Amino acid sequence: MAEAGRFRPYRVLLGSRMRSQTAYRRSFVSDLLGSVGIGLVEFAEVYILFANVEVLGELDFAAAALLFALANLGFSVADLLVGHVDNLPVYLREGTLDAYLLRPLPVLAQLITSDVSLRRLGRVAVAVAVLVVALPLNDIDWTADKVTLLLLTPLIATAVFAGLFVCAAAIQFWLVEGAEFANAFTYGGSYAASYPASIFSLPMRLLFTFVVPAAFTAYLPVLVLLDLPGPAGTPQWLGWCAPLAAVVIWAVALAGWRAGLRHYTGTGS
Amino acid sequence: MTEPIIQVRDLRREFVVRRPAGRLRRERTVVAAVDGLTFDLAEGAAVGYIGANGAGKSTTIKMLTGILVPTAGTVRTCGLDPVRRRRDLARQIGVVFGQRSQLWWDLPLAESFRALAAIHRLPEGAWPGRRDELVDRLDLGAFLATPVRQLSLGQRIRGEIAAALLHSPRLLILDEPTIGLDVLSKERLRVFLAEQRTLHGTTLLLTTHDMDDVQRLTDRVLVVDHGRLVYDGTLPGLSAQVGAERVMVVDLVEPVRDLGAIDGTRCVAVEPDGLRHRLAFTPEHTTAGAILEAVGRRAQVRDLAIEEPDIEDVVRRLYLAQLSGDGRGDRP
Repeated sequence: MAEAGRFRPYRVLLGSRMRSQTAYRRSFVSDLLGSVGIGLVEFAEVYILFANVEVLGELDFAAAALLFALANLGFSVADLLVGHVDNLPVYLREGTLDAYLLRPLPVLAQLITSDVSLRRLGRVAVAVAVLVVALPLNDIDWTADKVTLLLLTPLIATAVFAGLFVCAAAIQFWLVEGAEFANAFTYGGSYAASYPASIFSLPMRLLFTFVVPAAFTAYLPVLVLLDLPGPAGTPQWLGWCAPLAAVVIWAVALAGWRAGLRHYTGTGS
Repeated sequence: MTEPIIQVRDLRREFVVRRPAGRLRRERTVVAAVDGLTFDLAEGAAVGYIGANGAGKSTTIKMLTGILVPTAGTVRTCGLDPVRRRRDLARQIGVVFGQRSQLWWDLPLAESFRALAAIHRLPEGAWPGRRDELVDRLDLGAFLATPVRQLSLGQRIRGEIAAALLHSPRLLILDEPTIGLDVLSKERLRVFLAEQRTLHGTTLLLTTHDMDDVQRLTDRVLVVDHGRLVYDGTLPGLSAQVGAERVMVVDLVEPVRDLGAIDGTRCVAVEPDGLRHRLAFTPEHTTAGAILEAVGRRAQVRDLAIEEPDIEDVVRRLYLAQLSGDGRGDRP
């Protein structure tokens, strides 16, 4: 009961957000269809690529579809839950952040629960559909470990991308017009995550593994599922380290957010 | 209550302004928005915090409420360090920015109140009573179910004030609450605020450009100019010091060249046609009613208006009076 009371403010806030979005049914449905469209166009890119090559970065079409599904599922759920936080400059300009500072809740928690973009369920649905089709097409030697990994991967991918979104928001405390720069990490990370990392040159691969941990969201777990060795610098066993990557990115995100907020209120410089 | 609800000591806040100087170089200047403020506010007081635009009013309020950290000096609000104890402080104060909404623009007020009650963790059995009181006294009933974005300015401000008072704060801070409101809305708001103070003992800190707000709502005035406190005392005292006068403008039915001496007033101007007379007076010496009666005995009045002393003017006069006292830098 005490636990339920703790989260009550957020439940009420999210509930009111959802009601206000679905209030205008026609516009909600068109937003939803638009989001399905984005998901389909992105998948079409992968499909066209594999209509021309048999294998790319050791992955065939079925494996690439699995990779695409896992990366997109994690990203689209994260985008749905926290994607709005990279609008931080708007919140700053309109004084919304000041209003948050005047309420007895943590600012980041208020920012995250200030919106939930249900229209992005469209993209989630595309990712789930691709996953359902791609799984049986792959020749996976199922073990209990692999089942666990498959179930955990979308959750961890969501956590990693959500952490990236928070990092992107924190950066914008310093960069007033930093949305493009921040998007390079979030949307760029998502893009990089949906292709086999082995097609990138080593520096790029290390960047999208150890700096922006996009490879942990899908590529490395897929290597484990398919028993592929993985390219130099990013071996297969890293796939098991995905939870660690999520913890690290969130530690960075929270530290960055704290520093950013202190910069805003003027404790820092 | 012996401890002041607001305690400010040598408060200072600087901002760094960068502007391009030449092709690559950027000039960095430090501007003090608040510069050595010291004052106390007793619990239950009602204080008008006035000053020209850019005088440092909003910066002060942000430091009092924990939004901004002081560059130097100390602030205690409700006995707490506003930045370190921001969340504890938020439960004890209510803040309204007239020009910035704190409501959810796409939610109706009824829904916003429910969200705020959850945010402040108000007991489920207690807050609807408080809400009903606010709805009744601020007359919100007719538009409780309308999304905030469809409300008129006056309706929205009333909603903002109800939202800030829902958790029964000890201290209510209002930043330009009456800006842009029509006369009737202003009046209703003032009656409401005075009533809340009597009923609940809420301390009131108010910034405004409207002298009527100050006169009707506050018992003490702080005037800030260039981040410094230039006056701390009562409104009549301020009027006496700067000689701020109200002006009654009377339009007559028949032209009269000279109305003659009217007690407690000074004739500022008579328009060439003799139809419009401007009479300056201070509320300490006479009343608008007495003047109107005196004019009415000499001519038939068609219309009248009263012009309030403007805050910018009061501040300018204070500034000039102080210039001789201390040599201080130019405007930034």
